[in-house]
Amino acid sequence: MPLMDLFRHPRESEKDIVTQRLRLILAHDRANVSPGMLEMLKDEIIEVISKHLQIDPGNVDVKFTEDQREARLVADIPLNTDRKARKK
Amino acid sequence: MTGKVITISSGKGGVGKTTTTANLGLGLASLGKRVICIDADIGLRNLDVMLGLENRIVYDIINVIEETCPLRKALVRDKRFSELSLLPAAQTRDKSAIKEEDMERIAHEAAEMADYVLIDSPAGIEHGFRYAVKPAELVLIVTNPEVTAVRDADRVIGLLEANNQTPSKLIINRIKPEMVKRNEMLDADAIVDLLAIGLVGIVPEDVQILSASNRGQPVVLSNNSVAGQVFRNIARRLEGEDVPFLPLKEPSFFQRILGSLK
Repeated sequence: MPLMDLFRHPRESEKDIVTQRLRLILAHDRANVSPGMLEMLKDEIIEVISKHLQIDPGNVDVKFTEDQREARLVADIPLNTDRKARKK
Repeated sequence: MTGKVITISSGKGGVGKTTTTANLGLGLASLGKRVICIDADIGLRNLDVMLGLENRIVYDIINVIEETCPLRKALVRDKRFSELSLLPAAQTRDKSAIKEEDMERIAHEAAEMADYVLIDSPAGIEHGFRYAVKPAELVLIVTNPEVTAVRDADRVIGLLEANNQTPSKLIINRIKPEMVKRNEMLDADAIVDLLAIGLVGIVPEDVQILSASNRGQPVVLSNNSVAGQVFRNIARRLEGEDVPFLPLKEPSFFQRILGSLK
């Protein structure tokens, strides 16, 4: 380890970076859904839900998670509730 | 009783399938097991060279398929361990010369004569891969601690689960202990966690592997090679023995000097 690294903040190790990347790649491969397709899916989900509920489209998060060999599509869709509106 | 058919596969090329096949073949033979290694990489034969048997080939797998030569006669017997023999690939043909049923028939016939039939699969996931895994009871998947190799291994595992339902086990080849220690490389735990299959071996990067292939004397024959020890342990695990995994050690200063001199 170079001496200067001792004074730097601890950062993500190369192992963490590659593990994260692989996790994502494998989840997409296994589900046969490309990242571009996921974006499209996200837009369509926003469109459908917006018809019925007030949502915050900028903060919608649609992603794959995978545990062992089971893949899951997880959508986190924040609602624009009255309460939130009142706070503003 | 017939022998067990095991195919060594990977998806990606160059990760060490042939090295693994040669070492496990000799490793099992050194345990007194009768082993037949089949080189399924038609057109790109290499297992013969790895085993140092290239000068003694007369017939090959295509002769056996086309029934111009019986299987027993086509086998090249190893001089170091008479329990080991090789069915060479044909060098001047291509993979379309073999059908899945051909490989199945030959593997089963070989299993009548041996305790283990090891099939060295071609790289890729096309026809060559499909016929190589067809007769297998177990597929050993070789990977390296790299994004590309792990991704391809995952594809192979997925294909095996979807089509053949053949059980598979993992061998991680070319781990560099010093890089793992510095968190600069995927370690075995991370790979096993991602691929979610059982592990049978972690082979460290070993300069002796190259010199072994240069000479046609696989490292499993050498007593002072860590990789050789690992392959002997994998052979024993295939035999059902519960062998603990070797701790990964960084090469010592002395070994580094020795390595650089070779």
